[in-house]
Amino acid sequence: MTTATATSHDDHHHGPEKGIMRWVKTTNHKDIGTLYLWFAFAMLLVGGAMAMGIRMELLQPGMQVMDPHFFNQLTTMHGLIMVFGAIMPAMVGLGNWLIPMMVGAPDMALPRMNNWSFWILPFAGGILMSTFFMDGGAPAFGWTFYAPLSTTFAPDSTDFFIFAVHLLGFSSIMGAINIIATVINMRAPEMKLMDMPLFVWTWLITSFLLIGAMPVLAGAVTMMLTDRNFGTAFFDATGGGDPVMFQHIFWFFGHPEVYIMILPAFGIISHIIPTFSRKPLFGYSSMVYATASIAFLSYIVWAHHMFLTGMPVAGELYFMYATMMIAVPTGVKVFNWVSTMWKGSMTFETPMLWALSFVILFTIGGFSGLMLGIAPADIQYHDTYFVVAHFHYVLVTGALWAIIAATLYWLPKWTGKMYNESLAKVHFWWAVISVNVLFFPQHFLGLAGMPRRIPDYSLQFADFNLISSLGGFAFGASFILLAYIVVDCIRNGKPVDARPWDGAKGLEWTLSAKADYHTFNTPPSRELIENESQHS
Amino acid sequence: MVTDMKQNNKITKGFWIKLVSAPILMFVFAVFIMPPIYDVFCEITGFNGTTGRVEAEQQYEVEEERKVEVSFFAMTMPGFPVQFGPKVNSMQVVPGKFYTTSYIAKNNTDKEVIGQAIPSVAPTDAALYFKKLECFCFNRQVFKPHEEIEMSLRFVVEPEMDERIKDVSLSYNFFKLES
Ligand code: HEM
Ligand SMILES: [Cu+2]
Repeated sequence: MTTATATSHDDHHHGPEKGIMRWVKTTNHKDIGTLYLWFAFAMLLVGGAMAMGIRMELLQPGMQVMDPHFFNQLTTMHGLIMVFGAIMPAMVGLGNWLIPMMVGAPDMALPRMNNWSFWILPFAGGILMSTFFMDGGAPAFGWTFYAPLSTTFAPDSTDFFIFAVHLLGFSSIMGAINIIATVINMRAPEMKLMDMPLFVWTWLITSFLLIGAMPVLAGAVTMMLTDRNFGTAFFDATGGGDPVMFQHIFWFFGHPEVYIMILPAFGIISHIIPTFSRKPLFGYSSMVYATASIAFLSYIVWAHHMFLTGMPVAGELYFMYATMMIAVPTGVKVFNWVSTMWKGSMTFETPMLWALSFVILFTIGGFSGLMLGIAPADIQYHDTYFVVAHFHYVLVTGALWAIIAATLYWLPKWTGKMYNESLAKVHFWWAVISVNVLFFPQHFLGLAGMPRRIPDYSLQFADFNLISSLGGFAFGASFILLAYIVVDCIRNGKPVDARPWDGAKGLEWTLSAKADYHTFNTPPSRELIENESQHS
Repeated sequence: MVTDMKQNNKITKGFWIKLVSAPILMFVFAVFIMPPIYDVFCEITGFNGTTGRVEAEQQYEVEEERKVEVSFFAMTMPGFPVQFGPKVNSMQVVPGKFYTTSYIAKNNTDKEVIGQAIPSVAPTDAALYFKKLECFCFNRQVFKPHEEIEMSLRFVVEPEMDERIKDVSLSYNFFKLES
């Protein structure tokens, strides 16, 4: 292998090509990671702008800003863009940047495919966004696109939505194949599976979830497509189909999908907490097994989204207990993070602040998930703002929090420079306070019965909605500061050492301060791997 | 590029096949396997109010004192131009005995209309035991212009149904077929 690499590079050897074509043609995992991350950030701003529109309309009861149909388009597109455009690409971007460095590989296993899986994304996103300008508008049936709303009753633009989802699916599946091949084939020969850092483990398991779940999503939209255009009746009762089956298929994809978004986040947090506690990660192998069992369980709990579709009692009970079981491995993780901090010499640099607030706020989301998983209670909670509060706690203060934490934590390695720590602290406190002002009151709104996906509401919900909207505007604005912090770091950051964080372990920290364009042309030795292991 | 070659060499053919076929299999599973499984599942369990069918009049053990009230409902999909309703709104039935009732439908237009009725039984736990010997819902129905037809239904509530269920409702929803 070493001899092969030594002679393997053409003119790319000493650094990237110049100009825009560098980014179009690149097969370098670091470039592609950067592209993914900037794309995700752009989409985060687009989806965030939609959220601002939504909160503007909900600021007060009554209809002020937009008509209900446009409101529905905004909620739908907000959900789709955030899930498929922001969170997932950001996680793939982090995976691209970090996995080869963490397993001591020179690049991803399939660099060309890597290029395609990124460059499909802007097209898919563009097609999705273009539906706003079509007759009948963008999809307005919710990010869950239940049939028959999305088949019989949807505008023609829905076919473009279907095509966009197909492309997104292709991109994710290729990304997943690439990560599996990288971890299995390109890993340093001296690194055993149980030596792998947790971010690598969680992404490996996530890749299997992607390979299992994304084709099911593709299948669901394909069936929609043929129902809409080619006379099949998968979801149409007239022809012997069943709209409820759509929900089964969608959630058979949908529940694994939520874990696709959160498992890499678990990995990230499992790097940051040991670093700033200056202790090895507590319970490494239990973390690996917990991740694997969460992934397995995520395939057999889907109907907890469907407690109100008239399931037999036996079904309700089964899905209720199965759902509750997910709390066990998730709890194992939370306890391991807490135990890692126990008696550690903790410091509170900004990545640690994000990680700590992740542990607390994600757990709040987990608890509301447990409440929703109680079938008889869900009769009250389903389709209310309580659900909205739940999934924003797990996705925003869970997945997105981890993405921000990771960005700050590894930014010095990506740029060789340090971000402005005091600005980052300001940004953290701004975001963590406003996000709670935004989402916490939504629990109360939901418990009081305010339905989700509505542009207007009765008067008793006015106060909490006002608070929530104001929190929302503040939270939205905080991302401008985040953009500034990142750009400022790239432009004016102070140069750092190769290991800017005192307690950081991991192969990536053995590279130069700013990781070279090509790294690990020779795989790391057993000794290095053992020294850099974050667990004992 | 040599880099690519080296890496492609490392990925064995068998591994490639596994990597690519796994998502393809999942797609096939979703489109071609899940729907039929779902149908069979609904038939076996009565899930979603799917009613059962018997081919011939069977003998059941009949308890004359046990009574179940069966209510009949009718709906039409928006835009279906046929007036549709049950002849009687409800019946007292003894589980294990066969009964006949009918629905009436009138085409209010000058055109021929073709439709298909889809049955559903509530509660779900009763659906499994609600069996039909004959039903207009087994076939599509053709309504000549301004025609009124009576469509019959012969059914039994099987005695194995949970004793605690005293009320069962059967509803039909009429959909338009294009041909
Ligand atoms: C302890 C773990 C969890 C449990 C028990 C749980 C349970 C539930 C239940 C029962 C619902 C359905 C509520 C309803 O519609 O009435 C739900 C909705 C949802 N959950 Fe979770 N959840 C958990 C963790 C997560 C995580 C980690 C994520 C994502 C990172 C997530 C994302 C979502 C989303 C997006 C929805 C809403 C889907 C929709 O639009 O209807 N959940 N959860
Ligand atoms: Cu779920």
